[in-house]
Amino acid sequence: MTTFASLVERFYALTANWGLPWIVPTLVVMTIVAAVILGYIAVACMFLVWWERKISAHIQVRFGPMRVGGWHGWAQSIADGVKLLLKEDVIPAGADKVVFVLAPMVVFAASVAAYVAIPWAPGLIVRDLNIGILYMISISSLVVVGIIMAGWSSNNKYSVLGAMRSAAQAVSYEVPLVLSLLGPVMLAGTMRMGKLVEAQSGVWFGLLPKWFVFPQIVAFLVYFTCSLAECNRLPFDIPEAESELVAGFHVEYSGMRFAIFFLAEYANMFVVAAIATTLFLGGWKGPWVALPGLPAEVAHGLFGLFWFLVKCYFLIFVMMWLRWTLARLRVDQLMDFAWKVLLPIAFANLILTGLVLVLGKQVLLYVLGVALLLLIAVALTARGVRQGSAHVAGKAVRAQKA
Amino acid sequence: MTLELGIFYFLAAFTVWAAAVVVLGKNIVRAAVALIFSFCGMAALYVLLEAEFLAAVQVLIYVGGITILLLFAIMLTSRIGARTVRVINDQAFLSGLAALGLLAGLIYASLSGIAAMAGPPRLPETSPFLGRALLTTYALPFEVVSVLLLAALVGAIILARKE
Repeated sequence: MTTFASLVERFYALTANWGLPWIVPTLVVMTIVAAVILGYIAVACMFLVWWERKISAHIQVRFGPMRVGGWHGWAQSIADGVKLLLKEDVIPAGADKVVFVLAPMVVFAASVAAYVAIPWAPGLIVRDLNIGILYMISISSLVVVGIIMAGWSSNNKYSVLGAMRSAAQAVSYEVPLVLSLLGPVMLAGTMRMGKLVEAQSGVWFGLLPKWFVFPQIVAFLVYFTCSLAECNRLPFDIPEAESELVAGFHVEYSGMRFAIFFLAEYANMFVVAAIATTLFLGGWKGPWVALPGLPAEVAHGLFGLFWFLVKCYFLIFVMMWLRWTLARLRVDQLMDFAWKVLLPIAFANLILTGLVLVLGKQVLLYVLGVALLLLIAVALTARGVRQGSAHVAGKAVRAQKA
Repeated sequence: MTLELGIFYFLAAFTVWAAAVVVLGKNIVRAAVALIFSFCGMAALYVLLEAEFLAAVQVLIYVGGITILLLFAIMLTSRIGARTVRVINDQAFLSGLAALGLLAGLIYASLSGIAAMAGPPRLPETSPFLGRALLTTYALPFEVVSVLLLAALVGAIILARKE
């Protein structure tokens, strides 16, 4: 929405007329933007928690929350939030208090900071940084720091184990994640979020939108898999595997501090979905019509926001769907998958993209290359799964013999 | 004093404070956590110098990668987190001398104005420029550093593997 930017400009001009120093209106705008983003995160998180409980219930042929608020238990999350707010703040006696208190703040701040570079609608972005996508990845990598701080400072064996697993997982999966994002960045020739969306305008064959998901399907699949690992979601949730570690790094947290971890997790889910939407699914691009009584720009912006949110929430739905469909990976399978499957595939995709960019539009070669990569990926994954089940079967046989 | 200068002094003080905690802290995990804050302060200083690419890479590599591996190593070392470590060893005098010498050199350089201290040319976008420079003019140094890092990696694995 260009109207958004012009609104801010008009506000600056107005305050300049009043003779205020420029720092005052800047701070006012910053505070308003931060408040809007925090408000959005809080509301979206409550919705996502309720949605996840509903989806899990329906996948397991249950109803899920049905009572609070009347219609399908829509107020359940609000009730839970109030409950968490009212709970006693417990800090374990053996904990390192400073680090224990700091950890949830680090995790939440890292998740929220990434919202600065999300392109919500045409022109509606807090700051279109020239290193947009790199900024989002690097700032979200801070989440792991907070998780390790939480795990260590709790002075609990389960937490430390969860934190160590999380660190190993995040460091391993960050490598293919960054490599997979380089594909779209190479195609667009920029890291600016706004320009990445612009690079995906137009259609192929008069039908297919020019989203990067089609030429970069391999990168998209690698990114989506890695982003599940970055969010610590199934099948990559060994940092907080309930059946082994109780709750992993946040075992000792309760009340509001636990709620902040929870909020950050869902905020982070939205961030990875927003990155995928922007880089692969055309961002806010989508059909739009002029609305009666509104300027064309505003209508375009509203439709853009609508399409962006639809794409993001669809990806989040897929993440939830996978959570209740797949089983958790073992630690060795997890590491094997990152280093022996995802990383080579991401590198091969990068080389293929570079080759096509240098050699020109050799569509047939490109399609063949992508198909070959997909085949290799499936074969490697299948081999890994077979070896994993053989490993488990061998263990069972040995256990029976003993 | 302009606002930018104020922000610089705040960031510099924050970074130095965090670095002091790293060096003087008795608890090794707290020292590692302070190291993270110190790196973040450095990244903020890079942003102030309009080197956004460097700032993002600083956070991604140093905070997201190296410090996490550091914390990992600390946690894998049994009981090191509970013990308090010695802060000063018998080389304190020598290192103090070296630090003072460095400080003197820096003060001299900034007062007398060495050519290398002149401000860099202003670039509208640093990342394309950096990428091109690394793959053309500085390709050889870049590759040498990569090989060095690879050698360090292989060496670490050989040291860690006992069998």
